[in-house]
Amino acid sequence: MSIVAIDIAQMKRAKPRHYGRWLGALVLLLCLGYLVYAFAVGKIDWGTVGNYLFHPRILWAVGMTIFLSVVSMTIGVIIGTFTALGRSSRNPVISSIAAFYTWLFRGAPILLQLLIWYNLALIFPVIGIPGIWEADTVRIMSPLAAALIAFSLHEGAYTSEVIRSGLLSVDAGQHEAAKSIGMSYGLAFRRIIGPQALRIVIPPLSNEFIGLLKMSALASVIGFLELTGTAQDIYYVNTKIMEMLFVATAWYLVVVSMFSLGQFWLERRLARGFVYGGKHG
Amino acid sequence: MNSPIVSAQRVSKRFDKFQALTDVSIDVEKGEVVCIVGPSGSGKTTFLRCINQLESIDGGSLWVDGELAGYRVEADVVHRLPDKEIARQRHLTGMVFQRFNLFPHRTALENIIEGPIHVLRQPRREALDMAQGLLARVGLAAKAGSYPSELSGGQQQRVAIARALAMKPKLMLFDEPTSALDAELVGEVLAVMKDVAATGMTMVVVTHELNFAREVADKVVFMSEGRVIETGSPDRVLTNPEEARTRSFLSAVLSGNSEAA
Ligand SMILES: Nc1ncnc2c1ncn2[C@@H]1O[C@H](COP(=O)(O)OP(=O)(O)OP(=O)(O)O)[C@@H](O)[C@H]1O
Ligand SMILES: [Mg+2]
Repeated sequence: MSIVAIDIAQMKRAKPRHYGRWLGALVLLLCLGYLVYAFAVGKIDWGTVGNYLFHPRILWAVGMTIFLSVVSMTIGVIIGTFTALGRSSRNPVISSIAAFYTWLFRGAPILLQLLIWYNLALIFPVIGIPGIWEADTVRIMSPLAAALIAFSLHEGAYTSEVIRSGLLSVDAGQHEAAKSIGMSYGLAFRRIIGPQALRIVIPPLSNEFIGLLKMSALASVIGFLELTGTAQDIYYVNTKIMEMLFVATAWYLVVVSMFSLGQFWLERRLARGFVYGGKHG
Repeated sequence: MNSPIVSAQRVSKRFDKFQALTDVSIDVEKGEVVCIVGPSGSGKTTFLRCINQLESIDGGSLWVDGELAGYRVEADVVHRLPDKEIARQRHLTGMVFQRFNLFPHRTALENIIEGPIHVLRQPRREALDMAQGLLARVGLAAKAGSYPSELSGGQQQRVAIARALAMKPKLMLFDEPTSALDAELVGEVLAVMKDVAATGMTMVVVTHELNFAREVADKVVFMSEGRVIETGSPDRVLTNPEEARTRSFLSAVLSGNSEAA
């Protein structure tokens, strides 16, 4: 082909034809249509789903699930931060304690941890400091208390590794610059290192939190009234098993979506000063 | 009597098995500009980091503003100072790094007021006024609200100089402040440094910019393999060096190949 001085800006442009996309969308729509049809004619009593969606017991259970997850995550992140700092301490006693804690609470299955805390009274009938303050373990270790302790310690161990990797990702030059303007370690952590590490750890911590929201269903084994357990309690009586499971699923999706919005907002805020990562494809 | 701001007395420093500094003795008088030159790996950065206590020394003694840096001597026994004391000693000294090390999550202005507000506990209003003045002085009044990622290398380094000056240091340390910059940006940073020198600031500058050393330095120190090889006026060390090692380093730099020196 010989070279001609054409200008493509002056020429008609052929529309790209995305046959693949159209075909894909068609197949997807057919599948979706079939699914909707299946659920519509299936033996599902949608009226019951609607009736129980805002049932007081379900709403209370949603609240309890959120409460347990938020409080455990908050305590967990605080424990995790200190553990992460402890892991990199120059003091060998502190770094060993931190490593041991992570090993123990990350290694033991959470279901067993829940049962152990709840049944603590079997080996320690009384807890406290002898002579100063003592109490019956059975009274203290309510389902809520046992679940909070178990999930907080479990999350502390998991998040400590996430937070540690966040701290390691901050450039050593930042520590030196902070020191060179006379900052103490604590001040440098609060003002310089922490905020930069936070930006890195928000996505994995959000993931961890969403995992915890759903894992909190396990607390039903010790009689804590969270969402999944409450849905089960209701269907044991009214026998609407699938309907109640759908109600619970819908609520989990709603709560996770709400927190994902929060994560999006937080990430935008913390991205100030950093160049955004681009999209591809 | 006027004692030197920095007095290194036979300072030595080792990393594991590697002897990075051996018997380094350097005095820096008040208001003096001292340039340290030497081949890569000769211990220039390490010496600056010792002055600012980012590293601790193993032998000899290092005095900054009349205080023994990092240690306290009591009845012939040496005690390491607590971290809080070290932080206090450290902010007498401003440090400018080769790779700027600005805080990326803070704007230019916020980088500068960080230390004055949180370390010196100055009122915010006062710190802001001073920071605006410093930004104007380094020619960046219009960039107060820019994040480091939005500034060129030369602009970042000028903000870093302003950030160090904001702590009202008695001494400024510069570690190859222009060697991470494109050639056309070197001049703007050197100009700011000359301006700082002209205000009478005591400065220790590690640099490969021999013209800057000739023009601004009161004293030039040539280091090699962790030792001070020779010290003197820029003219003496850079034009008529006595030592063979200095001569070979200078000819290597002039032929544009400092690494091989
Ligand atoms: N933290 C450290 N651990 C081990 N060795 C180190 C450390 N810091 C520096 N060194 C070594 O000490 C020597 C002196 O290093 P230094 O950075 O002070 O050299 P320099 O004169 O600044 O060189 P350059 O011109 O390349 O910056 C080098 O051989 C280096 O490898
Ligand atoms: Mg160096």
